[in-house]
Amino acid sequence: MPFLPVILWSDVLIWLLLLLAVVLGWLSARNPLWRTAWRRVGRSRAGMASATLLLAFAVVGLLDSLHYRPRLVADGGQGASAQPTAYAVEVLSLLDALLTPLRTRNEKTYSEPLATRAHARETIEVRGSDGRLQQTRDHPRLRYGGAHLGADESRRDADVASRVLQALGLALLAWAAVAVAVCGGVARAQGSGWRQAWRRVWRRDGDFAWNAVLAALAALLLLAMPVALLATDYHVFGTDKVGQDVLYQVLKSVRTALVIGLVTTLVMLPLSVLLGVLAGYFRGWVDDLIQYLYTTLSSIPGVLLIAAAVLMMQVLIDTHPQWFATAAERADLRLLALCFILGVTSWTGLCRLLRGETLKLRELEYIQAAQAFGVSSLRIIGRHIVPNLMHIVIIALVMDFSSLVLAEAVLSYVGIGVDPTMISFGTMINNARLELAREPMVWWSLSAAFFFMFSLVLAANLFADAVRDAFDPRLAGSP
Amino acid sequence: MSAPPSQHGEELLAVRQLRVAFAHGRSLLPAVDGIDLRLAAGETLALLGESGCGKSATALALLRLLPAAGRIVAGEVCFGGRDLLRLPESEMRAVRGGGMAMIFQEPATSLNPVLTVGRQLAEVLARHRALGGAAAQATALELLLAVGIADAPRRLGEYPFQLSGGMKQRVMIAMALAGEPRLLIADEPTTALDVTIQAQILELLSRLQAERAMGMLLITHDLGVVAQMATRVGVMYAGEIVEEAPRAAFFSAPRHPYAQKLFAALPDLARRGGQLQTIPGQVPSLSAMPAGCRFAARCGHAWELCRQQSPQWRQVAIDHRVRCHLDDGVASRGRDGGSTAASGEAVAVVAAAPALLAVDELRVHFPIRRGILQRTVGHVRAVDGVSLALARGRTLALVGESGCGKTTVGKAILQLLPASGGSVRLLGEQLGGGARSAQRALRRHMQMIFQDPFASLNPRLSVGEIIAEGMRALAVGGPAAGRRATNTAAVAAVLQQVGLPAEAAGRYPHEFSGGQRQRIAIARALAVQPDLVICDEPTSALDVSVQAQILNLLATLQGELGLAYLFITHNFAVVDHLAHEVAVMYLGRIVEHGRVDEVLRAPRHPYTRALLSAVPSPRLDAASEYIRLPGEIPSPAAPPAGCHFHPRCRQASELCRQEYPPPSRLSATHVVHCHLYPPPGEAD
Repeated sequence: MPFLPVILWSDVLIWLLLLLAVVLGWLSARNPLWRTAWRRVGRSRAGMASATLLLAFAVVGLLDSLHYRPRLVADGGQGASAQPTAYAVEVLSLLDALLTPLRTRNEKTYSEPLATRAHARETIEVRGSDGRLQQTRDHPRLRYGGAHLGADESRRDADVASRVLQALGLALLAWAAVAVAVCGGVARAQGSGWRQAWRRVWRRDGDFAWNAVLAALAALLLLAMPVALLATDYHVFGTDKVGQDVLYQVLKSVRTALVIGLVTTLVMLPLSVLLGVLAGYFRGWVDDLIQYLYTTLSSIPGVLLIAAAVLMMQVLIDTHPQWFATAAERADLRLLALCFILGVTSWTGLCRLLRGETLKLRELEYIQAAQAFGVSSLRIIGRHIVPNLMHIVIIALVMDFSSLVLAEAVLSYVGIGVDPTMISFGTMINNARLELAREPMVWWSLSAAFFFMFSLVLAANLFADAVRDAFDPRLAGSP
Repeated sequence: MSAPPSQHGEELLAVRQLRVAFAHGRSLLPAVDGIDLRLAAGETLALLGESGCGKSATALALLRLLPAAGRIVAGEVCFGGRDLLRLPESEMRAVRGGGMAMIFQEPATSLNPVLTVGRQLAEVLARHRALGGAAAQATALELLLAVGIADAPRRLGEYPFQLSGGMKQRVMIAMALAGEPRLLIADEPTTALDVTIQAQILELLSRLQAERAMGMLLITHDLGVVAQMATRVGVMYAGEIVEEAPRAAFFSAPRHPYAQKLFAALPDLARRGGQLQTIPGQVPSLSAMPAGCRFAARCGHAWELCRQQSPQWRQVAIDHRVRCHLDDGVASRGRDGGSTAASGEAVAVVAAAPALLAVDELRVHFPIRRGILQRTVGHVRAVDGVSLALARGRTLALVGESGCGKTTVGKAILQLLPASGGSVRLLGEQLGGGARSAQRALRRHMQMIFQDPFASLNPRLSVGEIIAEGMRALAVGGPAAGRRATNTAAVAAVLQQVGLPAEAAGRYPHEFSGGQRQRIAIARALAVQPDLVICDEPTSALDVSVQAQILNLLATLQGELGLAYLFITHNFAVVDHLAHEVAVMYLGRIVEHGRVDEVLRAPRHPYTRALLSAVPSPRLDAASEYIRLPGEIPSPAAPPAGCHFHPRCRQASELCRQEYPPPSRLSATHVVHCHLYPPPGEAD
C-alpha cells in the first residue's frame, strides 16, 4: 500500500458529526414540523448565502480530516521487496496532498504577497561583469515565488493580470455550469420550461433561495479562482517567518476552528440538556444541587479555570511521550482535550436557559394532561419537554460555534490554546504580535487570518440567525 | 352616512369607509373592510363580534397605533373636525391620550412594572396638561379618587405589583382620563377580570362617562356587557359591520342572522338540558374572504344571491341598519329557531345513585418558605376543607372567582397536586397513597379537560399521537401485541365521537382552530374511557358560538357515556345550562352547595347573591339591583378570622368576625355556611 491510513480521534469525531448531521437531516425530512422549519431556512437569503460559504469551509475541513502516512520510497529501488515497508513519520491529510506545492515550497523567511523578492535585505554576493564577486545589500530573489519568470521580474504585473483575467473567465464558466445545473434541476422538479425555471430561480420569494446560493457561489468563485491560479507560482498571501506559505496555513486553520467549534458543543450539549431539564422538571433537591453546581462553576473566572486545566493536561502529555506514535497524534489529543475543557466549562449558560424554559413548560397543560394519564417522568421529558426545547438547543449550538472559534483564538494568544505545532487562527494571530512590531511591518499574516476567521464567524452567525428565526415558535406562525 | 345624527350632543367621531389591511409577505390581507362609524359625545357605541372580526384592529387604526404589519389602506377618521389619518405624527401624539384615550384588555401588562403609579400618571399629565411637580401630584390624587381607589395617597407611591387586578384596571382608567379625552376606547376592558370586579369597573366607566360627557367606543364579545353599557350597538363580522342599531332595538329584534345566532348560542335556563344553537364553521380567515356575503357559509338562510353579491346597507327602522339580503319576514323568525328544552331533567332520576367520587375535607396547603434555609413561615390555604360527592351521569359545577381554589381542587382530585389532608375516594377506593400500580389503574377512571386549548396540546406531536398517549400509558386496549392497529382504530373512533374526521389524526394541532383543538383535548380525555371528567373552564377561551358547540358536545357525551363532570367555571350561564348541582367556593371553602335551581334561583349566602347579581345579563329587562361587593378576595395566605367573607359582607355581625359558620341544611340537598341561617334551619 502506498500509504498507511492514520485515524486521529478528532477525525473520528468530525465524521461522526457529519453522520449525525445526515441522520438529523433524515429525521427532519420525516417530521413535518421540522421540515417546514428547514424550508423557512431555505427561503432565507442571508441564511442560504452563508450556508454556501459554510459548506465551502466544511469541504476544506473534511478534506483535512482524512489522514495518512505516505510510504517512504527506498533510494536504491532494487531491494524494495526485501526491506520492510517504512512509512514517513509525518502525518499528512488529503488537503496536504492537494496543496503539496504550497506545503513544500518554503522560502527562507518573510515575503510579501505575490512578491518575487524577499521582504528583508540581505548581503548577497553578485558576480560582476568583470568576474569578481561583489557584496551588495539587497532583497534576495525568492526560491519559488515567481520563479517561472526567471530574470525578467518586471513581467510580474503583466503575468499576474493575465492569470487573474484567465481565472475570472474560468470562474464565470464554472458558475454558469452550476447555474445551468440548478436550472435544469428546478425545471425537472417543476416540470416547466428552462426559461420559466430560470425566472423562478431568480425570483425574490421562491421556495428556496437559489438566487442567494448562486450569488454567494459567484462571489466565492470569483475570489477563489484567481487565488488558486496564482498560488501555483506565487505566494498569494506571502510567507511567514520561517518561509511557509500563509495561504496554506490559513486553509489548515479552518479544520482546527471547525473541530473546536463543533466538538466542544458535542461535549457541552449532553451536559447542559440533561442537567437543565432535570433541574427544571424535578425541582426540589435536584434543582438545588444542579444550580449550586453551575453557579459555582460559573463564578470561577473562565480563563483561569481553562488555563489550570490545560496546563495540567500539558504536563501529563509531556511526561508520557510513549503514548503517541507521531507528533500529529499528540497535537490532536491536545486539541481534543482543549475542546473537552472548553465544553466542561461552558455548559452553564445553556443549562440555565434550558432550566428556565423547562420550568415554564412543566406548568403547561399538555404536560399536566400527560401526568394525569400517569405517563412516567422520563417519558414526559423525552416526548414532551425535550422536543419543545430543541429550537433553543439548535440556536445555542450555532451561536456557540462562532464564540468558540473566537475563544480558541484568544486562548492560543494567551498561550494555553492548541499545540504550537498545530496551525490555527489563534497561533497565527499570536505570531503576528511580533510581526506587527517590525519595521517595515509584516501585515499579511494577520490580515489573512483575520479575513478567513471573520468570514467563517460571520457566515456562522448569519446562518444561526436564519435558523433561529425559522425555529422560534413565536415567529413560526407565518408559513 | 345618510342616517341623522343621534339625539346625543354633537358628533365626536365619524369614520368613513375605513379599510385596514395586514401585510403578509407581498400581499395585503384586509382585516377591516370599509366600515362606517359615528359617535356623539356622551354616547356609548359597542362593537360586538367574535375574535378575528377586526374589532381591535379598528380601535388601533383610530389611534394610528397599528402594529408594524398593519396598514390603513383607505378611509377617513374625522375627530373633532380633523381627519386624523392626515395629521402629522407630532400632532397625532397630542390626540392620543388628549383627544381619545384607550383602555386595554389586560391590566397586568399595560402598566409599566418598574414605575410607581404616581410616576406613570405624571407622565400623561406632563404631556397633555403640562402639569408638573405638586400640581401634577394633586391632579393624580384627584384622578385616583375619581376612579374609586381607596387609600389613594398611599397608592400613588406604589408599584403595579402591589395592586390587585381590579385596582390596576382602575389605574389604567385613571391614566386614560388624565389627558381629559373626549372619546374613550375600551378594548375588552373587563374580559380579564372576575364578575364582581367586572361589575365594579363597568359601573365606574358609566359613571365617569356621564360625569364627563365622553363618547365611548366599547369593544367586547360579551352580550351581557353590551346590554348594560351600550346606547348603540354595531355588530362586526369578518371585517365588516353587519348590523347597527340602538340598544333597545337590537336586543328586542336583532335583524342580521349572525346577531340572531349569537343570541341563540348563549346558554341559559330556557334551553336547559336541550341543545344550544350553534353557528357552524368559523370566521373566515383573512386570506380567504368569500366574495359575497361573508356570513353566507355559516348562515342557515343563505341563498344564491348571498354567495354572489355582498349585501348593501338597508334601513329597517330609525337608526337601525342591517347588511343582509333577507327580507324582514324571513329574518325575524330566527330567534325561536333553537330547539327548546328537551324536557329538562331526564337524568334527575339518577340522583340517588351511589357516589362515583367522594371528596372529604380535602385540604391543599402550599408552604411559604423564606430565608436562606427555606424555613416554612406559613401556608397558603388554597383549598381548606372541601367536601363533595358526585354520582355517575351527573354534573357538579364548582364556581367562584379566580383565586378561590377551584382549579386546585380539580388538580388535587386528579393527584396532580399532593393533598395536605382529607381524602378523595373514587369508586370507593382511596386516591393518593397506596401502591403505584393501583393508583395507575384508578387514573383511567378520571381525566381532565383544560382551559386553554392552545396550551394543552403538545405542538410537536400529531393529533393521533396525542390521543394515543393516554391509551398507551394506561395500557387501554390490551397488551402490546397488535396494539398499534387497535390504537389507530380507537383513535379514529374517539375522533368521530367528538365530531372530527378520522384523518385529523395525522395532522398537527396548529392546523386546527380553537374549538377544534378543544375537541381534540376532549378526545384525548375520552380515549381512556373515564368515568369522571374534570373540566377546568373548558369554554372560557372560546367564542360564544364555539362555546355552544363544545357545551352541546359535552352534554351529548354525558348522555351517551354516562360521564360525570366536575365542571370548574366562573360562567353562571354555562352552569345554568349544564349543571345538576352547584358548589360555590370562596377562599378555599365551599360556602353554598345545592341543586342548580336552589342555588341559582334562591341563593342564600350573601356571596352567592352578590356574585349572581353582578353577572351582566344579555337582556333588556335585566334586573338592575346589583349588590355591590366592596374590595376583592383576600389572600389565602392570611384569610380573615371568622367567616372568610365578613370583610366584604354587608350583613356581617359580631359573630361572623369571630367564628366560621357551621353548615346549615336548608333542604335535603341545599347546604349553606352562613350565620344568617343558623343550623336548626328556620328559613328567614
